Amino acid sequence: MRALDRKLLRDLRRMWAQALAIALVMASGAATFVLASGAYRSLDETRRSYYERYRFGEVFADIRRAPKTVEEQILAISGVAAAEARISRLALLDIEGLAEPATGQAISVPDMAEQRLNRLHLRAGRLPERERTDEVTVNEAFAKAHKLQLGSTFKAVLNGKKRELKIVGIALSPEFIYALGPGDLMPDDRRFAVLWMSEKALAALFDLDGAFNSVSLRLLRGAVEADVIEKLDSLLARYGGTGAYSRRDQLSHAFLDAELKQLDALRRVMPPIFLLVSAFLINMTLMRMIALEREQIGLLKAIGYGPLPIAAHYIKFVLAIALVGISIGFLIGVWLGQGLTRLYADFFHFPFLIFQNDADIFATAGIVCVVAAVAGAIRAVVQILALAPAVAMQPPAPPRYRRWFSGRVPASIRPSQLTIMALRHISRWPVRAGLTSLGISLGIALLITALLSFDSVDLMIDVAFFRTDRQHATLNFTDDKHSRALQAVERLPGVLRAEPYRAVAVRLRNGHLSRKLGIVGKPKEMDLSRVLDVAFQPVQLPETGLMVDERVAEILQLRRGDLVEVELLEGRRGIRLVPVTEVIKSYLGLMAFMDIDALHDLMDDGPRVTGVHIAYDARKQGELFAAIKSTPALGSIGLQQHALSRFRETIAQNINYMVTIYVVLAVIIAFGVVYNSARIQLSEHAREIASLRVLGFTRAEVSRVLLTELAVLTIVAVPLGWIIGYGFGWLLIKAFSSDLYRVPFAIERATYAKASLVVLAATAVSALIVRRRVDKLDLIAVLKTRD
Amino acid sequence: MTEVVFEARGLTKVYRSGEVEVRALAGVDLELQAGELVVLLGPSGSGKSTLLNILGGLDHATSGYVRFRDHDLTALDDSGLTAYRRDHVGFVFQFYNLIPSLTARENVALVTEIAHNPMTPEESLELVGLGQRMDHFPAQMSGGEQQRVAIARAIAKRPDVLLCDEPTGALDSKTGIRVLEALSLINTELGTTTALITHNAAIREMAHRVFLFGDGRIAGMQVNETRKPPSAISW
Repeated sequence: MRALDRKLLRDLRRMWAQALAIALVMASGAATFVLASGAYRSLDETRRSYYERYRFGEVFADIRRAPKTVEEQILAISGVAAAEARISRLALLDIEGLAEPATGQAISVPDMAEQRLNRLHLRAGRLPERERTDEVTVNEAFAKAHKLQLGSTFKAVLNGKKRELKIVGIALSPEFIYALGPGDLMPDDRRFAVLWMSEKALAALFDLDGAFNSVSLRLLRGAVEADVIEKLDSLLARYGGTGAYSRRDQLSHAFLDAELKQLDALRRVMPPIFLLVSAFLINMTLMRMIALEREQIGLLKAIGYGPLPIAAHYIKFVLAIALVGISIGFLIGVWLGQGLTRLYADFFHFPFLIFQNDADIFATAGIVCVVAAVAGAIRAVVQILALAPAVAMQPPAPPRYRRWFSGRVPASIRPSQLTIMALRHISRWPVRAGLTSLGISLGIALLITALLSFDSVDLMIDVAFFRTDRQHATLNFTDDKHSRALQAVERLPGVLRAEPYRAVAVRLRNGHLSRKLGIVGKPKEMDLSRVLDVAFQPVQLPETGLMVDERVAEILQLRRGDLVEVELLEGRRGIRLVPVTEVIKSYLGLMAFMDIDALHDLMDDGPRVTGVHIAYDARKQGELFAAIKSTPALGSIGLQQHALSRFRETIAQNINYMVTIYVVLAVIIAFGVVYNSARIQLSEHAREIASLRVLGFTRAEVSRVLLTELAVLTIVAVPLGWIIGYGFGWLLIKAFSSDLYRVPFAIERATYAKASLVVLAATAVSALIVRRRVDKLDLIAVLKTRD
Repeated sequence: MTEVVFEARGLTKVYRSGEVEVRALAGVDLELQAGELVVLLGPSGSGKSTLLNILGGLDHATSGYVRFRDHDLTALDDSGLTAYRRDHVGFVFQFYNLIPSLTARENVALVTEIAHNPMTPEESLELVGLGQRMDHFPAQMSGGEQQRVAIARAIAKRPDVLLCDEPTGALDSKTGIRVLEALSLINTELGTTTALITHNAAIREMAHRVFLFGDGRIAGMQVNETRKPPSAISW
């Protein structure tokens, strides 16, 4: 081995702590990149291939009732590759050990043929036999939540009649990757079940013999989805179609998509920030580290080494660090990425998993790290090589410090000479000091970015659950009822207050922009479920006109006062022009509100209600639930408390894992920067420190020179970090938004404080390490090499 | 001793060190013969080191002319100077300038690996009497030993000239003499032209010629008719 390479190995060994700190910073940058991209691509690919293999529908439509023969007409629509008509109805479930009523979605499976679309993946057992009204295949999540097995039974109210159902199969479906009950915000596997039953049996139970009320389609390649939807809508309108919708609006897909979008946002925003920050830090650190090699570079040049071999030597040095960093980063990234993928896969109930780690992800992360490291090394080496070897071998000329804190400053407020030394170091190299501060502040910024998701979610919960929807429960009827049904609900045991609402499926159109959503009509004196304006203040619904949330306004480019075209997809149908009277705040879903009476007028079919929000006396909950379970007209019940805890749990599961990883990596980066800055500072001032020790200053006193400098740089870094963190956070949150939910941008003061504390702790630990090195400084060795 | 190895005419050097401008050389003319051992003597700041650095290709003159055999050093660019140092010059510095992370043998190998017709590191270390200490790191050696490693490193490439800047400056007299003996041995055995900077007047007695420096100029020159061996010198 060549002597220079030996030097390389020994230098690496000598500086292992610093090299490792740099490598870990780099590893953190590379790991976030690999982990987030890996998880996102794995899930995306898993979903894609799940959809493909199990033939998940592309267009869906619900209707009141259509004869089976219409299926042929649907198939004849140009662009349709396959169609499957089926029966899908809601049912209240009564499960042993579960006080609150649960909801089941009963879906028919063909009796004689294979499922053409939305095929089930059987985990156990089989599909129900033809015409068996007591056999059911349930979704795995529900079975697991209640520890139900093949042969277990539970009760369901199907079309007003309570029946006992026996589980003959446990399955997964691409339609219910995200199994969400009607009106629920988050999946609640205990309270929502998918019940696949024989088509014949369901037809008999729901009086739908020879008919269907739900259809899924797959399209030919190249078919124009919008055209198919339009033709399907006009075909199904007379059968009570509520508007066909594409996969984009299919609930499970939309939620999964929103989750993936969030993951994608994390992937697109966080890792590049991490990677760039770590690249910057590596660049800065290695540059300073190599600048310290000035005399050795001078010597190598003096004894005849050309610039290329010298540069190559230092490039090898940083490459070695980079390779360690990248390798650690890749290993951790792949490992955490697979963990994250599994976590999501479990949550989403995928039957299989495809791990994807594409070469381009590794290449990008690797190249960025290597370039940053090598550029840092080259910059330093080139600067030194520009010096004549005779000059390079000398210590640098004493820098010109600026005189301040001297002369006229009264002695009482004049800092000690040691403090002056520290401050002059900073003022002498303002750029270097600035970069160090910037480096530390980036550590703080990363922490804020990682932590702010919690704040945003807290705000979202506060607004959604405590300021907007304050009801205890929401009861949904199986069909729209006459508003007299409200009185029936009010008479239920324990009900303190009941507020009706009416939801109508519509398509809103503004020019060429359109979106299918539901208009919700609410009474004027709403108090449980409210509507908030953009300043979070409750608003009064106007006599006429529509209020839309910010997202809808953005999608359809609507402003207050605009007229929007409302295509009614229910009842008497038709198109109406309605003014937008207000743009309001909502973090969940696509929302449009009207006064309930105005909505009745718009529909022109008299007062009807879709459901009722209630507040109830908790002491009478048992009675209330029992009464609800035996009310055939109720299709489902949403419990706000459950929704909230499920929301928190889900967030905890999904965001926490990710955010915890980011926080840990941000801590490593923050620590790496501070530690390296401190160590380099020590090397740069070793001679001064040793001289001071020789002059009789104590260890504590001389450490103060370094620590004061470090402290000043850290203190400057804190507010800078807040500002940068705010910016990073804003980027992240902006990328988070989807149709299903908008994550508000909120950073609590505590988050700023936490991020700062972590960095201050890193500074304190680094200071202690540096202090220990000062204690061990070999005075003679430092002083004897130069005069 | 007829071949002229170095010829310098009107050499000046102005340094800008921080805020200050220092005139280190103020017009130096000089010739060195092949195989000669010269001592450059003078107080600090008299320009000895600057001259040595320019002769060794470690620095550029501000003005004037310096020739090594048929190479015009003042005309060489950075890579030319690098090649010149690599092929012809051996340096010994006051503070040894060893690479702390390399052993004695490896410090010498640093040079033998890039030289054309070098000795082995072992041979060269034997020459300076360090055959037994080859695998020690600089930190494990005394100052005198470290300096002798530096000499071994300088001579291992069989340089045409050996330039030593205060080689004994950081050493006590006994160790210093051992170092001088090594230098003298190399001068006689290998015929290496040697220039030696010192401000220790006693050392002048081992030289063929002595140049006296003051204020960036050569203030005088002495020729020693009889040279003392280093062992006979003391300070």
